[in-house]
Amino acid sequence: MDFTLSKEHDMVRTLFKDFAENEVKPLAQEIDEQHRFPRETVDKMAKYGFMGIPVPKEYGGQGADTLAYAMCVEELSKVCGTTGVIVSAHTSLCIDPILTFGTEEQKQKYVVPLAKGEKLGAFGLTEPGAGTDAQGQQTKAVLDGDEWVLNGSKCFITNGKEADVYVIFAVTGKVEKRGRIMKEISAFIVEKGTPGFTFGTKENKMGICASSTYELIFTDCRIPKENLLGAQGKGFNIAMHTLDGGRIGIASQALGLAEGALETTINYVKERKQFGKAIGAFQNTQFQLADMATKVEAAKMLVYKAARKKDEYKKDPKVSYSVEAAMAKLYAAEVAMEVTTKCVQLHGGYGYIKEYDVERMMRDAKITEIYEGTSEVQRMVISAALLK
Amino acid sequence: MNMTPEAIAEYKGVYVFAQQVDHTIGSIAYELLGKARDLAAPLNTEVVAVLIGSGVKDLADSLAEYGADKVIVVDDPELKEYRTEPYAHALASVINKYKPEIMLVGATAIGRDLGPTVSARVATGLTADCTVLEIGDFPLVPVPGKEDEQLHNQLLMTRPAFGGNTIATIACPYNRPQMATVRPGVMQKIEPKKGAKAVVEEFNPGFTPNNRYVTIKEVVKAVKDTVDIMDAKILVSGGRGVGSPENFKLLDDLAEAIGGTVSCSRAVVDSGWKPKDLQVGQTGKTVRPNVYFAIGISGAIQHVAGMEESDIIIAINKDEDAPIFDVADYGIVGDLNKILPQLTEQVKAARAAKKN
Amino acid sequence: MKVVVCIKQVPDTKGGVSFNPDGTLNRAAMLAIMNPDDKAGLEAALRLKDQYGAEVTVLTMGLPKATDVLREALAMGADKAVLVTDRVLGGADTWATSTTIAGALRNLEYDLVITGRQAIDGDTAQVGPQIAEHLGLPVISYAQDIKIDGDKVIVERLYDDRYHVLEAKMPCLITALAELNEPRYMTPGGIFDAFQAEITTWGRADLKDVEDGNLGLNGSPTKIAKASDKVRKGAGEKVVPDSPEDAVAYIIGKLDEKHVI
Repeated sequence: MDFTLSKEHDMVRTLFKDFAENEVKPLAQEIDEQHRFPRETVDKMAKYGFMGIPVPKEYGGQGADTLAYAMCVEELSKVCGTTGVIVSAHTSLCIDPILTFGTEEQKQKYVVPLAKGEKLGAFGLTEPGAGTDAQGQQTKAVLDGDEWVLNGSKCFITNGKEADVYVIFAVTGKVEKRGRIMKEISAFIVEKGTPGFTFGTKENKMGICASSTYELIFTDCRIPKENLLGAQGKGFNIAMHTLDGGRIGIASQALGLAEGALETTINYVKERKQFGKAIGAFQNTQFQLADMATKVEAAKMLVYKAARKKDEYKKDPKVSYSVEAAMAKLYAAEVAMEVTTKCVQLHGGYGYIKEYDVERMMRDAKITEIYEGTSEVQRMVISAALLK
Repeated sequence: MNMTPEAIAEYKGVYVFAQQVDHTIGSIAYELLGKARDLAAPLNTEVVAVLIGSGVKDLADSLAEYGADKVIVVDDPELKEYRTEPYAHALASVINKYKPEIMLVGATAIGRDLGPTVSARVATGLTADCTVLEIGDFPLVPVPGKEDEQLHNQLLMTRPAFGGNTIATIACPYNRPQMATVRPGVMQKIEPKKGAKAVVEEFNPGFTPNNRYVTIKEVVKAVKDTVDIMDAKILVSGGRGVGSPENFKLLDDLAEAIGGTVSCSRAVVDSGWKPKDLQVGQTGKTVRPNVYFAIGISGAIQHVAGMEESDIIIAINKDEDAPIFDVADYGIVGDLNKILPQLTEQVKAARAAKKN
Repeated sequence: MKVVVCIKQVPDTKGGVSFNPDGTLNRAAMLAIMNPDDKAGLEAALRLKDQYGAEVTVLTMGLPKATDVLREALAMGADKAVLVTDRVLGGADTWATSTTIAGALRNLEYDLVITGRQAIDGDTAQVGPQIAEHLGLPVISYAQDIKIDGDKVIVERLYDDRYHVLEAKMPCLITALAELNEPRYMTPGGIFDAFQAEITTWGRADLKDVEDGNLGLNGSPTKIAKASDKVRKGAGEKVVPDSPEDAVAYIIGKLDEKHVI
């Protein structure tokens, strides 16, 4: 067991931290209030390779590892949860499945511009009637000559209207599995601007307000036959594999939110005076900080371990990181919610005011317990592995 | 690279580079002459100004009035505008011919280019940005048993480093000349002696352009409508706490009433409220006015490094714990918006009363 | 086109200088960073690389730990890195530093040498022009803009109240101001590559045409007679007036007492 970070990782952390402080933090409050997607930040991140960190260089990426990618999402999320999830959804949910399951042509056509940040990616699995239960999918894809015809809709899609490339799941038939009739699900790559692909409602959310969360609508949307991603009928596996990786991204986001709130609060309690002394001088505050810091550190270990495991998987596909990713996300998300809530409490009235970052961080933290598999789904994944 | 004591003994006189631009002697030249007089006294030697330019001989008299015993004029058409090479050649040639014991250069944008080039050419040491110069012994205290190795009548050059956080006294005991660049605004000019004359000696080492001569394609003078904050006796300096660029009006008014100049902190420049040349601090200018008003300035270390030498620091800040209060002589916890307008009125009234 | 950028590792003072309880500087508590003016010089060189395909070499003199700034420079996009390190080079003043770096530069091909104007620890602004002097190069200090025109370089050279547009034939040495540009960030991939890259390390024996008498502490004409950390001036009076009127009365009183008004 080696708990020391390599010099490379120390330096990438410095890079992400500097970037987050200088380029991301100054916008965090404003974009949250205006519910405005930070396109200028995405352009800057593209310039410096943040949009393709764990992608091999031959596909336009940085050739770095999953741990470096997790640290990027973590550092961004310390100052702005929205910016963290933009990178996470783009990298884990759009690039990763194409890189893992795509043909060489698909990788050249889509991964290269995505990893360079010339294009932004999104992922469409969730539907109004199919969230945690992916089998509830209603969107259909029918092969008509050389084209697949998509009909249906997806909801709560991160990077929704801002993305250029979408990985979309649809029902392509029925299959019998262990005597039950199941929907056959397949994955597709859909480009923005394809006729029949439009946007529905923009969601007005509690947190990560600057993230572009939209409904995607497909009405006789025709895409080329070659945009089928992976084999027909393998969509469910692709989705589950993708979400395993995505959970590392969201766990990193949650970790960043918790760390950001804790750092802000440590500074605050040193300055804020009540009853003639800094509130950090009260034992209640001290013990709460100690508990929070311990939980944050534990979350960090789980997140980094899951990232490490995914890197091992890249070298040896027999390695599974599914349980580690689920544990990391479950724990980091719950820690994020607990820590941000306590940090708001330690700020007192100021914690409830939008000028103070912890107010936003607490709202942003809630979603980490919900998207890319709720905490309950993570417990299902973990317990299923235990009882196998 | 040490010189022999015999060679060192040949070097005499305290020399000053009398910087002129556009046929105007800079204030720094007079400041250096003032200091050179102090240094020449214990050494019992002469003060010499080196005047370099084209058609500048007539400026020699003013250098005499400010303390030069002798003026060496290097006058050549190649020297019309400052360029490193012909100027370095001029000054290095003067040093090689006249062998000064001490050579002082202003730490200006010109002097900080000329000084290092010349010192490397004549192979001697150079101490940058000095704030204190005095004649003394090196080592300061003799090494026990080596009392006879202690050198006397050495130039001791004191300079801040590390953004003003450390201070070092430097000597150049085994090489000549002892060279220093000196921070503008620190040394005192003498009261000019009207009609004083100096021996004027012309010297031209010959100028043949080579690869080191650069061509000046254009000279662009920045329009300056403000006093250089380094020259100001009173600075009214504002920080982020002023709140807005418009609110600097309160500081402008106080500056006008008290005869001061407005400056600012880095946060203000970063916010685009004020231009960079008004910035005080480690990445801005180092100032040491008689009075420094720090208004709505938290007192980050990089700011403090640029102003803590001020004689009197008066800080106004609504945050009782602002670090500026740790360096202020007089700290006032309060709202600048309420204090400044009244202060301006009372300053006006007080000055009007004194006049009458 | 070949550009060599001289960089220095310095203690970071941006986040605040750290003090020991006795008021002296706590150097150990400060991070080591690439000197800001040097970083601007590196950025200028990297822009020449982007624009003209220049090859950029970074060079530093220091302890082995200074490889950190070389790796940072590589991660920003520099092509090669050279560390000059040797016990005998320690304690160098600007003269001995410039003779050392000149000795290293004699081993390298270059059209341009770029240095920062000054380092935030020493603040001397001397090493750049002194290197140029040792190598017989034209020097343009305080550069705020750099353009290339064939075998010439065109530079805006800043003075106190003006700037000159200067043209010099290359090879030439330029000293850069932090205001020259906004340096780029490293890239994650660049960082991983930088740790794989080889850093050329030179010692005393690798320096070309330099006499021992011009190196290190012994080769430094300037000697430190006394060095101390400046102990911070203590706080003066602090008052919390009841009203703006009281505040004004207090200030006027002090200004009067000190004969300011």
